[in-house]
Amino acid sequence: MFESIGISPQELFGQVLVGLINGSFYAILSLGLAIIFGLLNVINFAHGAFYMLGAFVAWLLLQQADVGYWWALFLAPLAIGLLGAVLERTLLRRLYQVDHLYGLLLTLGFALILEGSFVYKFGSSGNPYPVPELLRGGQDLGFMYLPNYRAWVVIASLTLCIGTWFAIERTRMGAYLRAATENPTLVENFGINVPVMITATFALGVALAGLAGVLAAPIYQVNATMGSNLIITVFAVVVIGGMGSILGSVITGVSLGLLEGVTKVFYPEASNIVIFVAMAIVLLVKPAGLFGQEH
Amino acid sequence: MTAIKSPMLSTQAGQQASTAPKSRLVMPLLMITGLALALVAPFVLYPIFLMKLLCFALFACAFNLLIGYAGLLSFGHAAFFGGAAYVTAHAAKVWGWPPELALVAGTLFAAALGFLMGSLAIRRQGIYFAMITLALAQMIAFLAVQMPFTGGEDGVQAVPRGMLLGLIDLNNPLSMYFFVLSIFLFGFIVIWRTVHSPFGQVLKAIRENEPRAISLGYRTAQYKLLAFVVSAALAGLAGGTKALVFQLASLTDVAWQMSGEVVLMTLLGGLGTLFGPVVGAGMIVALEHFLSETEFPITVASGILFIVCVLLFRRGVVGEIRHHMSARRGAESTDVA
Repeated sequence: MFESIGISPQELFGQVLVGLINGSFYAILSLGLAIIFGLLNVINFAHGAFYMLGAFVAWLLLQQADVGYWWALFLAPLAIGLLGAVLERTLLRRLYQVDHLYGLLLTLGFALILEGSFVYKFGSSGNPYPVPELLRGGQDLGFMYLPNYRAWVVIASLTLCIGTWFAIERTRMGAYLRAATENPTLVENFGINVPVMITATFALGVALAGLAGVLAAPIYQVNATMGSNLIITVFAVVVIGGMGSILGSVITGVSLGLLEGVTKVFYPEASNIVIFVAMAIVLLVKPAGLFGQEH
Repeated sequence: MTAIKSPMLSTQAGQQASTAPKSRLVMPLLMITGLALALVAPFVLYPIFLMKLLCFALFACAFNLLIGYAGLLSFGHAAFFGGAAYVTAHAAKVWGWPPELALVAGTLFAAALGFLMGSLAIRRQGIYFAMITLALAQMIAFLAVQMPFTGGEDGVQAVPRGMLLGLIDLNNPLSMYFFVLSIFLFGFIVIWRTVHSPFGQVLKAIRENEPRAISLGYRTAQYKLLAFVVSAALAGLAGGTKALVFQLASLTDVAWQMSGEVVLMTLLGGLGTLFGPVVGAGMIVALEHFLSETEFPITVASGILFIVCVLLFRRGVVGEIRHHMSARRGAESTDVA
């Protein structure tokens, strides 16, 4: 069946897997952007830079301190979450009263500083990060070869997305968060410390991006510009999905990753732009995004 | 987004309305001084540096037409700047067109691209508008990497400057400089006229309160689209000119960092001020010139400037000066407001 259209099943399923992995990164990042935007009304341009930072923290931990992957999976998001909290407390907080676009510009500045200094310090070529020992090798599924690490990344990121969804939709803290997104003043009147909640939300959102960076490190090389290329695609994902629903971001992210992977098989020249084309179509058909509401 | 919209620029608009007689004198004076400086400058400073400055000043002014007067933050202006640079370079080099026609081709291309991108982007507002323009421009950048005529990583090199109208040899730095200066002045006057036309007034009304403008019967989408096209065309004119000046069109011109740079120039100089973008462009071009001789990475410097501007002086350099001047005037005569 596959041979008749000139594509080997290995190639197709291989790209589907890559698409699934990219898609889960899109999902994690757009999820973080949506949560932050919901409460802070800020689009975090530095989200990609935090993703890059996650990969770099893992790489530096291994290079400098011989601290391995599993520790990095815990330490990198923690460090990035703290950095995010500091950024929110010291700088971002001053901009809540002015137009939201200033928040975008501030985080853009932060992203430029991070990316610029990493390019300066480490160059813009990639640094390989080894796959952790536990996850080396792979499974032969008959129709394709599945590397263990890639399977782990898909499972881990989807678990992370579902976990975040559960935490926001099904727990008490999540209920507070949703309430504060709707009406922060009222929630504050009920005695909930909204400013702390805002800091925690921002920290959590960027920590997710950092975690995605660690997961990505063994697949893609650790590279100072890996974040800025990704974040623009994620913006398109956010426009397509709308920022209204968490599951919506996850579904949109994963399906766009898959779309990109499949395009790479059938029409490789268009794989870079297929998500942007999809965005243009969605804007024509449903401007508010697939899961968004008009105001 | 349902919360009260705090208009990004309404503070500046209010001041512009209160044009005291004194400031009517200030504008022409500034313009004459500026023009005199521009005429003397090539004999004092490197013409190529000045031409770069003028190209970016026009680029920033074009961008400012959108953000400053229509309240639309486009993050995709590199697509017009770089796209027109490629088209101009291609027309001049491969088709052998004279410079003025090559520039027209680049500008028209940018206008057409602006029409396409604008019609999509104006379907959303605020932060989404910024993200959509950024994403669409990224698509153009990817296309520029893949299309054969852009020359990939090398770009289009050795673009001939040619003979202007078949008469003036633009390889002479001074002739080229005055050609670029007249292009800049042309663009600046177009923007000036646009801003002070009835069309410009409607744009400001849309910026201040779009639902109200709609309820007054204005088709705001058409106004925004036209503003977008004008801005894109002028950004393209700047990009095409830049391609002739440096005899090069490259991926740097379409990369998203270029969009960020023009945002920074305009923000630094003053959003919604006529001279702000010129001042901002001058400061950034000079800073880059200075930093290129040091080790310090330019990206980091831009990042720091963004943060400083956003936190400390959102009005920008020119905006702050104007604010102080009008505050003093306000103190002198209390009946202004």
